[in-house]
Amino acid sequence: MTDTPLLEIRDLSKTFGSVQALTEVDFEVREGEVMALVGDNGAGKSTLIKCIAGIHGYDSGEIVFDGKPVTIHSPKDAARLGIEVVYQDLALCDNLDVVQNMYLGREERDWFFRLKEPVMEQRTTETLRGLAVTTIRSIRQPVASLSGGQRQSVAVAKAVQWNSRLVILDEPTAALGVAQTRQVLELVKRLAEQGLAVVLISHNLHDIFEVATRITVLRLGRDVGVYDRATTTQQEVVTAITAGIPTKVAGVAETAGDAL
Amino acid sequence: MSSEAEIVAPGIEAPDTDAVGQGGFWERTKGNVRSGNLGVLPVVLGEILIITYFAFSATNFFTAANFTNVILQMAGTTMIAFGVVFVLLLGEIDLSIAYVSGICAVAVAEFQLPASSHDYPGWLAILLGLAIVAVIGFAQGTVVARIGVPSFVVTLAGLLIWQGVILKVLQARDTIIIEDNWINYAATYYFSANVGWLIAAAITLLYGMVALSGALGLRRAGLSAGTGTALAKLAGVAVASFGTVAICNHARRPTACPEGTPLTETCYRPLGLPLAALLMVIFLVGLTYLAKRTAFGRHVYAVGGNAEAARRAGINVPRVRVIVFVISSVMAGVGGIVLAARLQSVNLNQGGGTLLLDAISAAVIGGVSLFGGRGEVRGALLGALVIATIANGLNIGGYSTGTIYVVTGIILLLAVTLDTIARRLQVRAGR
Repeated sequence: MTDTPLLEIRDLSKTFGSVQALTEVDFEVREGEVMALVGDNGAGKSTLIKCIAGIHGYDSGEIVFDGKPVTIHSPKDAARLGIEVVYQDLALCDNLDVVQNMYLGREERDWFFRLKEPVMEQRTTETLRGLAVTTIRSIRQPVASLSGGQRQSVAVAKAVQWNSRLVILDEPTAALGVAQTRQVLELVKRLAEQGLAVVLISHNLHDIFEVATRITVLRLGRDVGVYDRATTTQQEVVTAITAGIPTKVAGVAETAGDAL
Repeated sequence: MSSEAEIVAPGIEAPDTDAVGQGGFWERTKGNVRSGNLGVLPVVLGEILIITYFAFSATNFFTAANFTNVILQMAGTTMIAFGVVFVLLLGEIDLSIAYVSGICAVAVAEFQLPASSHDYPGWLAILLGLAIVAVIGFAQGTVVARIGVPSFVVTLAGLLIWQGVILKVLQARDTIIIEDNWINYAATYYFSANVGWLIAAAITLLYGMVALSGALGLRRAGLSAGTGTALAKLAGVAVASFGTVAICNHARRPTACPEGTPLTETCYRPLGLPLAALLMVIFLVGLTYLAKRTAFGRHVYAVGGNAEAARRAGINVPRVRVIVFVISSVMAGVGGIVLAARLQSVNLNQGGGTLLLDAISAAVIGGVSLFGGRGEVRGALLGALVIATIANGLNIGGYSTGTIYVVTGIILLLAVTLDTIARRLQVRAGR
């Protein structure tokens, strides 16, 4: 793990009309770490992710990627930097098979527009093997016939096979059972071990304490703190989520957080 | 397929290549049927049943000449249905196809009109007609894809508009005779026996070569190729093409006998493989290639399966939709030309009657899902074959048009019911 962050966000603000969704948020993630992003509903997690992914623009603030200031205006900008987002339920086409989904929108072709099926099939096998996803019996079966955990694994594999450097997972375990959640969390750990920067959004603190290196807490569109998994407790994080005090806003009473 | 059994702790064992590869033919078929992906299986079985029934119940049905007849009767509908497949794959509908096919036929007839200011050669008339319907498809597709008006409404409006245009253009003349052979041969030309055999051989050889190169590619990539399946498919193609040519070559039709002589064997002229059959095969192969072997085809399936996922994968969804509506209109135009060639004329009824419903039914009966994302181009051919066989058999059997509609309707209902059940099975087989 390196000490300089791969992605660093400073003072990011975003409004939707009169609603202030994000206020001067700071956020960072390093290569080889899992940074969890937590907060109550409406805390601004999704908005922050969408700003990084280029789905929303942002009003003010600075994004530094790999030491260089960058602007991200569209999903293509994000993809060019190597930022990939795995969305909860919208990532895969049920009627296509695993290989077809992995290469969707970036198909390999040879002469006369023909798809290079053998190449894609082979690389898919390699990618899945590299991530130790071994429960999928045939990569030529439609995604509809996979279990939830397998689908999530395919979605993650799809995101990481394009030389991505930062992978953002939006609630990857929300719809999964116990065994399947375990499967996906193992995969998340493995991504970080391979040197990628991982951002994990989740409501499940248990999951987060299992895989995260650090935890960023958002509350009401502000960041209220970054906690080291090794030195914090679930209780402390829950307190921050429900009653955390933004550290850099002047004029807010400094006592409420300590009282709890 | 209980999901519990599949969840092994990850990282225990690496799968061997065979397990990850394509799997055996029977394995895959069984898996497909269980998960509700029936493919063309029901329609093939249905067609065999229908043929068997008519073979015993209607005299003159099971003859070589009538076989040729069915090919010509289904050709126009099949061409239109090929286009419908793409629209249905998107999960959209195109109700304008029948009258768009009429527009193309009328345009072609108008362009070739002898003794007018524009008696263009047949091939040019055909190209101009297809260009016109391509523009129509582009316009309708743009309204659907870029503005977001439901395709049902846009193409319903198209249905009325193009019907109106046909009536306006033809109201003074009622009928335009087509005399150009470029156009008429589409439905009236028969290959000689030897050319027919050559065509069958060429089709089999080409299919074999493509299959071989595909298998070699897989082998080079170190993947299993499934030799048994490939050989069975090749044998199927060979039997189908040589069989069709054999029957067509066997067919004869009566021609005018010299005055006073009785109608005997000598007055019969041999037929052969109709050009329309070859045209259907060419479009079948070309469009199947487009749907299954190109990135565009893949994107059509993706948009039909999950448009949002397709968008997030970087696919230009509106562009795919517009192109599909162009394909639909152009194929309707091709079908319209074939239909006009059969009559060697166009009239006020062009594109009317049951053409629209026949074309959509053909695709649906052929296993193309109305919900988008599932189906094959060849389904349209099989579906059109079923519809043409029923109409032909009932007709020969002396049944009324009413009976034909009722039976076709019941078959259509069965097909859609089957599709709906299959879809439910598929959802259940998922998670």
